[in-house]
Amino acid sequence: MAKRQVMFTFPPEKIKDPLIFHLGVKFNLLPNIRQADISEAKGWVMLELEGEEKDIEAGIAWLESKGIRVDPVTGDIIEG
Amino acid sequence: MSHATTLRCRKCGREYPLKPLNLCDFCLSPLEVNYDYKAMAAAVSRDKLAAGPPGMYRYRELLPIESDPVDIGTGFTPLTKADNLGRELGLDNLYVKNDGLNPTFSFKDRVVSVAATKAVEFGFNAIACASTGNLAASVAAHAARANLKAYVFVPADVEAGKLVGAAVYNPVLLTVDGSYDDVNRLCRQLTDKFKWGFININLRPYYAEGSKTLGYEVAEQLGWRAPDCIVAPAASGLLFTRIWKGLEELAMLGLIDSVDTHMFVTQAAGSSPIVNAFNAGSMHVNPVIPETIVKSIAIGNPADGYYALRVARQTGGGGCSVTDEEALAGVRLLAQTEGIFAEAAGGVVIGSLKKLAAAGSIKRDQLTVAFITGAGPRTQEILTDIVRPLAVKPTVASVEELLNVSA
Repeated sequence: MAKRQVMFTFPPEKIKDPLIFHLGVKFNLLPNIRQADISEAKGWVMLELEGEEKDIEAGIAWLESKGIRVDPVTGDIIEG
Repeated sequence: MSHATTLRCRKCGREYPLKPLNLCDFCLSPLEVNYDYKAMAAAVSRDKLAAGPPGMYRYRELLPIESDPVDIGTGFTPLTKADNLGRELGLDNLYVKNDGLNPTFSFKDRVVSVAATKAVEFGFNAIACASTGNLAASVAAHAARANLKAYVFVPADVEAGKLVGAAVYNPVLLTVDGSYDDVNRLCRQLTDKFKWGFININLRPYYAEGSKTLGYEVAEQLGWRAPDCIVAPAASGLLFTRIWKGLEELAMLGLIDSVDTHMFVTQAAGSSPIVNAFNAGSMHVNPVIPETIVKSIAIGNPADGYYALRVARQTGGGGCSVTDEEALAGVRLLAQTEGIFAEAAGGVVIGSLKKLAAAGSIKRDQLTVAFITGAGPRTQEILTDIVRPLAVKPTVASVEELLNVSA
């Protein structure tokens, strides 16, 4: 099993969708939320995903296809 | 022995041993080095620091290293009173900290030096980074000095010419067939798999501490005082927060009076998530996709963005962004008034300083320091259109005629 720490940023129109639940069920991933800030105008969630590496990849790709931005919690590694 | 005691979570305060770790296991926030400031205060004084070597390791007692540093001659770069530039901008008390005069031409030598020293202490035999510019060169140079292997990852579409400044030190250069996001993801996975000191991942808390020396130096060079205003660029936001931390530590150690410096964070408009958040009155930094020629600070998802934002707010400072054109104009203005050739990020600082002074955010009499964090020659291709030589024949008459002057 692999673990990945990520941050999801939700556009306002997606805030009401239960996407993290679907992500867990559809890709057999265990989402473990550590920090979040959600209001009617914005939403971000920092969490750890646990599951098979290929399922994590597929789940993130699926979430991105739904309009959710997915970033590593470490921020960008490539520096100038 | 250093005075470092633990790594501590910047958000929830949980503590961890001084190991190659960068994230709090509990809240996934970044870790920073925690010190025994009482012991540190007993070990330092203005006189002792001033008697130290003319480089960043005069502040060794304030850094988290236990062994002889991997030092290529970094630090104590000039702090220049910039009267010509000040006249242009309406500032009577302006200084420029020219950190492009480090061995590999950027402030990265400060951070990489500390990280490379820790890599040796932790028993790593290789250090690694992902970069196309300043960081790559500094990592490769420090690896050469420390007899470590260096792995430098770059996206495959980067022109070979950009890599000369790193390649000269003979690192293992790897071009990754993928996007910037792919390179980011790969590097995080490699950190889990290999026993490498990844310079801004598992060594990041130590790497960060090197930036504090910029704050220390400026205070010492000003005769042991903090400036009224600081204008500095932000990419990941780390440098910006650590300049502030450096000043606060000096005050805590009784080496300077209490700090009342206003911190102004500057970014290129095409990659300004921190400034955007400041202007929006938000404490959340929304990631962006960078679109700017100012590559050395083009980070869309800044790891320390929140903390940089917090420093700008808490200090009564501000945020300012400039277009690429304004940044290039800033590079030219600094060169043509003070004789300092900065990289484009320096142009962002000078362009922002101009706006901040014009808006009255920085007052004429305030002691202001503008931070130039990299030198211009590495990316001089962004300015080639300024080369417009006048053609003359090899005769005195031809010169006289063209310039309309006579002896």
